[in-house]
Amino acid sequence: MSTAIETTDLKVQFGPLAAVDGVTCHVNEGEIVTLLGPNGAGKTTVVETLLGFRLPTSGQARILGLDPVTQHREVVLRTGALLQRGGVWFPMTPAQVLDLTATYYDHPRDPSELLTLLDLRHCATTPWRRLSGGEQQRTLLALALLGRPSVLVLDEPTTAVDPEGRQVIRALLQEQRSLGCALLITTHELAEAERLADRVVIMQHGRILTQGTLADLAGEPVVIVETTGPIDVDDLARRLGAPVVATSPTSFTCHVANTSEHVAVITNALAAAGQSLISLRSRASLEERYLALLKES
Amino acid sequence: MKTWWAQTRAEVRMTIQRGETLLLTLGIPVGLLVFFSLVKVTNLPAGRRVDFLAPGILALCVLSTSLVALSIATGFERSYGVLRRLHVTPLGRPRLIAAKLAGVLVTEALQVAVLAVVAIVLGWQPRGGVAAAAMTALALVLGSAGCAGIGLLLAGRLRAEVNLAASNGLYLLLLLFSGIVVPLSSLPSVLRTVVLWLPSAAMADVVHQVLGAGTTASVREWLVLGLWALVAPLFAARTFRFD
Repeated sequence: MSTAIETTDLKVQFGPLAAVDGVTCHVNEGEIVTLLGPNGAGKTTVVETLLGFRLPTSGQARILGLDPVTQHREVVLRTGALLQRGGVWFPMTPAQVLDLTATYYDHPRDPSELLTLLDLRHCATTPWRRLSGGEQQRTLLALALLGRPSVLVLDEPTTAVDPEGRQVIRALLQEQRSLGCALLITTHELAEAERLADRVVIMQHGRILTQGTLADLAGEPVVIVETTGPIDVDDLARRLGAPVVATSPTSFTCHVANTSEHVAVITNALAAAGQSLISLRSRASLEERYLALLKES
Repeated sequence: MKTWWAQTRAEVRMTIQRGETLLLTLGIPVGLLVFFSLVKVTNLPAGRRVDFLAPGILALCVLSTSLVALSIATGFERSYGVLRRLHVTPLGRPRLIAAKLAGVLVTEALQVAVLAVVAIVLGWQPRGGVAAAAMTALALVLGSAGCAGIGLLLAGRLRAEVNLAASNGLYLLLLLFSGIVVPLSSLPSVLRTVVLWLPSAAMADVVHQVLGAGTTASVREWLVLGLWALVAPLFAARTFRFD
C-alpha cells in the first residue's frame, strides 16, 4: 500500500500565529484517515495547504508525490475536494453544475449516475440557493467524485446533512476506499469518524496530539459499565481486584479486560447493590478518548 | 476548448439570468440614450444629439458589462466560495478568465445590437460604412479586454462589498470623464490629457470619430486601447485570487 497524501513537518504561519506547527501524517491508498480537533486546531489549514491554497512556511505537503502549488493541475486532476465555504453559482441546479464540471475532465463519471448515487434526483433541477444544507453538501460531494479521483480530501463532508444523507455519504466513501482511493476527512462528528476511519489524527493548537487506529487510541483494556443507579465503587474494585473509576453516578470505568469472569463479577456486584446493567462496553468511545486527550493536553 | 466553450456558455447564461446585470447592461444604457437624446440637459456638439450620444453609449455598454457587471459578479463568486471550489478543479485560471472575457463579448454583441436599433429609431445615422463598423467592432473588443482586465483586477483582490463600491464608483467616474455623455472637449485641458490615456476614453474617442465624424482615429488612441487590452488582463490573471 503506497502513500497517497503526506505532510512532513508541515508548518503554516499566519503572521505571529502558527496555524499548523510541525504536522507529519499520511494517508495510504485504500485508507480513510479522519483529522479531528476543536475549532482552530489547524485542520482546515492542513487541507488548504494540501490543495494548494497556501504555501507551507516550512516542511512539505504532497499528494501522490506532487507539489500542490507548483504541480497544481496534476494534483487537482487526481484529487476530489470538498471545501468548507466552497459554493456553486446561485442560479445553477445540481444537474447543470455537474454537467458543466464534467467538461473539465477527460473521462468524468456520468453526472446522472452521481445524482442517483447521492440521492439528488428529486432536486436535480432546483437552483442552488433553494437547496437544503444537506442537498448542497451532497452536490459538492458529487462534484468531488466527478473526476474519478484517486485521492479525496473532504473538509466536514457531513455538516448539515441529515441521518439518511449521512448514511448515503458513508456508503459512498466506503465504496471509494474499497476502490483504492485515499481519503482524508476532517470532521467534528466523532461518531462518523468512529464508523468510517481506519486511522484517526487528533490535532490541537496546530499540532498533532496523537494518531493511530481506533484500537491504538483506546489505550489499555477497560470495561465501561452503565447502571440504573449508584453502586459502591470500592466494593466493585475489591471484587475485581482492579481500579474502578466513577465517571458519573451511574457510569463506571473498570480497569480490567472484557472477559466472561469479569462480566460475571460486575453483574453480581450490581445485583448485590440492587441495580441493573444498562450497557457494558469493552473500550472507551472515540468521543471519550478525544475529550480526555484534549483535557490532558 | 470544450471546457472553455462550456464555461463561456455558462457565463453568458448566468449573466442573462441576473436581473441587476440586465438593468446595468441594457436598462441604464438604453435609458441614457433615450433621455439625453430627447432632453437637452448637457451641451453637445452641433447636430443631432443622438449622433453624438449613440457612439458614446456603445462605449458605455462595454464599460458597464466588461468592467462593472463582470467585476461585481466575479467579486461575489469569490465571496460565495464559487472561485474557491473552482480552484480545486482542472478548469484553471487562464481558462476561467478567457471564458469570462468571451462571455462578456457575447453579452456586448447583444447589447450593441439592441442599442443600435434604439439609436436608429431615434434618428441616428452612423457614418463610415462597413470600414467604420469594422473599426468600431475592433475598438469595442480592445476596450472590452482592457476594461474586463480592470474589472477582474478589482474582483480578484478586493472583498466583494468593497469591490461593489469601487466598481460602481469607477463606473460613474469613467461615465462622466471619458467623453461618453460629456464631450472631452468640455473638460479642463489637464484632466483631458490624463483621461485620454484611459481605455474608456480612448474607446469612446475612436467610436465617436469613426461613427460620428466618419474619420479614422489617431495611432495614439489605438495604442492606448491595445496596451490596456494586453496589460490589464495579463495583470489580472497574475494577481487573481481564488480565495
